[in-house]
Amino acid sequence: METINVSRRAFLGTLSAAGLALAVGLPRPAFSADEPKYGADSMPNAWVDNPLVFVVIGEDGTVTITCHRQEMGQGVRTSLPMVVADELEADWGRVRVQQATGDQERFGNQDTDGSRSMRHFFEPMRRCGAAARTMLEQAAAAQWQVPLAEVQALNHEVVHRPTQRKLGYGALAVAASRLPVPARATLRLKKPAEFRYIGKGQVKLVDGPDIVAGRGQYGIDTVLDGMLYAVVARPPVYGGKLVTYDATAAMNVPGVVKVVEIPGTPPPSEFQPLGGVAVVARNTWAAIKGREALKITWDDGPNAAYDSTAYRAALEKSARNPGKIVRDLGNVETGMARAARRLQAEYYIPHMAQAPMEPPAATARIVGDRCEVWAAVQAPQAARDRVAKRLGFPLDRVTVNVTLLGGGFGRKSKPDYVVEAALVSRAMKGAPVKLTWTREDDVRHGYYHTVSVEHLEAGLDNAGKPVAWLHRSAAPAIASLFGADPKHEQPPELGMGLVNVPFLIPNLRVENPEAEAHARIGWYRSVSNIPHAFAIQSFVAELAAAAGRDPKDYLLELIGPARRIDPRTLNDNWNYTESPERYPLDTGRLRRVIETAAKEAGWGRKLPVGQALGIAAHYSFVTYVAAVVQVAVSKKGELAIPRVDLAVDCGPQINPERIRAQFEGACVMGVGNALLSEISFKAGRVEQTNFHNYQIARMNVAPRDIRVHFIAADFDVPLGGVGEPGVPPIAPALCNAIFAATGKRIRSLPIANQLST
Amino acid sequence: MPTLNINGKTVDADVPADTPLLWTLRDVLNMTGTKFGCGMALCGACTVHLDGAPTRSCITPVSAAAGRKITTIEAIGEDTVGKAVQAAWIELGVPQCGYCHSGQIMAATALLKQNPKPSDADIDDAMSGNLCRCGTYPRIRAAIKQAAGGTK
Repeated sequence: METINVSRRAFLGTLSAAGLALAVGLPRPAFSADEPKYGADSMPNAWVDNPLVFVVIGEDGTVTITCHRQEMGQGVRTSLPMVVADELEADWGRVRVQQATGDQERFGNQDTDGSRSMRHFFEPMRRCGAAARTMLEQAAAAQWQVPLAEVQALNHEVVHRPTQRKLGYGALAVAASRLPVPARATLRLKKPAEFRYIGKGQVKLVDGPDIVAGRGQYGIDTVLDGMLYAVVARPPVYGGKLVTYDATAAMNVPGVVKVVEIPGTPPPSEFQPLGGVAVVARNTWAAIKGREALKITWDDGPNAAYDSTAYRAALEKSARNPGKIVRDLGNVETGMARAARRLQAEYYIPHMAQAPMEPPAATARIVGDRCEVWAAVQAPQAARDRVAKRLGFPLDRVTVNVTLLGGGFGRKSKPDYVVEAALVSRAMKGAPVKLTWTREDDVRHGYYHTVSVEHLEAGLDNAGKPVAWLHRSAAPAIASLFGADPKHEQPPELGMGLVNVPFLIPNLRVENPEAEAHARIGWYRSVSNIPHAFAIQSFVAELAAAAGRDPKDYLLELIGPARRIDPRTLNDNWNYTESPERYPLDTGRLRRVIETAAKEAGWGRKLPVGQALGIAAHYSFVTYVAAVVQVAVSKKGELAIPRVDLAVDCGPQINPERIRAQFEGACVMGVGNALLSEISFKAGRVEQTNFHNYQIARMNVAPRDIRVHFIAADFDVPLGGVGEPGVPPIAPALCNAIFAATGKRIRSLPIANQLST
Repeated sequence: MPTLNINGKTVDADVPADTPLLWTLRDVLNMTGTKFGCGMALCGACTVHLDGAPTRSCITPVSAAAGRKITTIEAIGEDTVGKAVQAAWIELGVPQCGYCHSGQIMAATALLKQNPKPSDADIDDAMSGNLCRCGTYPRIRAAIKQAAGGTK
């Protein structure tokens, strides 16, 4: 992480929060109480665009830009400061990036999930850079005593055009810092033709040099003087409790310092720890050995019978009976009765674990009435809040320093491990404690992707066209983590491609039968879009096959002509928090990604025996994606993926190089989801332990060639999400390709050895 | 107390002989560039070189590393091949979260030192033990080829 030389006098904002003169800052966004709020405006603490908060210019001209969103591989520490730097007319070579602490009041929303960082902060960060640029121009004009209109900021200096006099940003910083921040309405934003970095993709990752030399500081890498190391033995079943423990043998392990109990929180346990017994030692290895030596008796509690095989059967039963109606169009019963043919299919996707390569880890220290934390967290504000609540400290006595995240994928949205570190530090009289989850802890005590049965029925007319569509989705909801209506999917889950299918079918019903959670259910990259897209895009291909039609043409016909659909008319009142007017579901854009992916992939081209193409498309996180997967299946059932073509319409591409990387990665993760990953429960316990039995994609199964094709868009088109929308179409496109190559239809994931049996 | 030769320097590590090299590096010597991912030699995040051979430090006791040349990510840039690998990684924008890339770079460097012009199959064999949850495999492959002097 960048070390900032604080002794260097710095202006236009300050590096220390305490000394910040916010009085001259911009007013906060103001909303009337009854006005609907969307996008960034609707999030807690919304946004901040004040340059005094985000930009510091030193007298040597160094520009330091604060990134308030968390870096977990999406490149946000490069891309958001790049937006500020562009509007600021800063020379990227003289820009440093500083990571914000968890402080939403000051920085605006910091909850890094939902593929929202660039979508929600492109405009505020542009304004932030433009305001700072204007202040530098005003300072130069004042110094030269010339009209403002005659000066122009250009690549780290301000130029007086008539005389070609120049002043560097360093020389102007002091004077600029004394000026009021210009009003938002007066700002001149750059025209796209003037962009230096935005949309170009030539800016290298700010953390690249540190990462390749092993200097990147992740949550697991914090080192403090006198630091102790801890691991925790947690109840093997969600909702289980500690009965007794004997630490005698553990205390005899060389290096073990102390064994302490951590009180748990009964379900719904939200972001609080599961509880258990912490072993504190001189190093992590000693703590692990000490934990192995603990003798613990657990009370397994109400989820002791959770069994994935039995639960699947229960979900199937649930999905075969009517459930809560969440969208109803026409009359499905009549439509089905009049259909020439009826088809039905059920699809299953198991629990999965995010398994970021850096397992959860956090370091905490308590000095007097203050707690300071260093951690890899997607939601530092949530970590701060939960630590404060659990310790009984006021919020302003808790500091959360955010490191790089060694992957997040939703796991690090839940700061239970940070609270654990704080509790163990408190038990050690405030000594600095680094608490690490082993991979076994991560696999067995996670916040899992839901498990789902998707039951679909369709009635086709004589031409093979659907006249009736019934979809029942049964899956435990993330709401079960928080307690509210725990047995039904909530608007965000329903809006993830379940109710908002844009198909032209006159009789269409979506139902959501009950499903009870017996494990912690949490966000997993792309969330409920994964099962919904898998089921719907597979079923459409099944219908196409039944109708004897080309699956791409059939899918396009089902979507119908280009139109902009108000998501509320599809019973989607969530719309990824975005305005239904600004972000309608645009079937023209959906059609275009399908057509583009098909064209680029050479849809219809002749392939060797055992090879075929499969297609799927899915709209999620207000971005349109289609995938064409090419598979090669040997006679023995060995699968290879020579190529994947992805067509992406996420609106304008701010940092196209990083967007490309995100879609490549999403494709690989989607392949891993489809082929390998499964978490299952027996007697309430997760059966998997580590990467030998919880498998994720390795290089030898990853697609050999991933091609990402962008749909061009002007900069006035609203931004779509990037981090997540690449995952959902991969599994169905893959399974549709397998069907085309072999005639075998996969309806249950992971594929594992289904092709060889 | 095992005596270790790490990146050309001799250091004493005050740990029991069965302590894995990984935790000795990370928690005792504060060299955090080598990463913990699984503890079972399943993911490759902890890869170091022992006498030039890629080795999973999470299952290597310090006693087995004593008397051998240990190279970690912190010093791999001092090696010509390691430096070329790092440069290719930056040039092609390989890392996403970056966490596994200490191990990826150690594995890739070992591969190229032993096989300067690896085929796709050679790369698969050498690199499939190194997991990347972000899915950077296509760029890892391209960067290895670039570092080898081949085409992108």
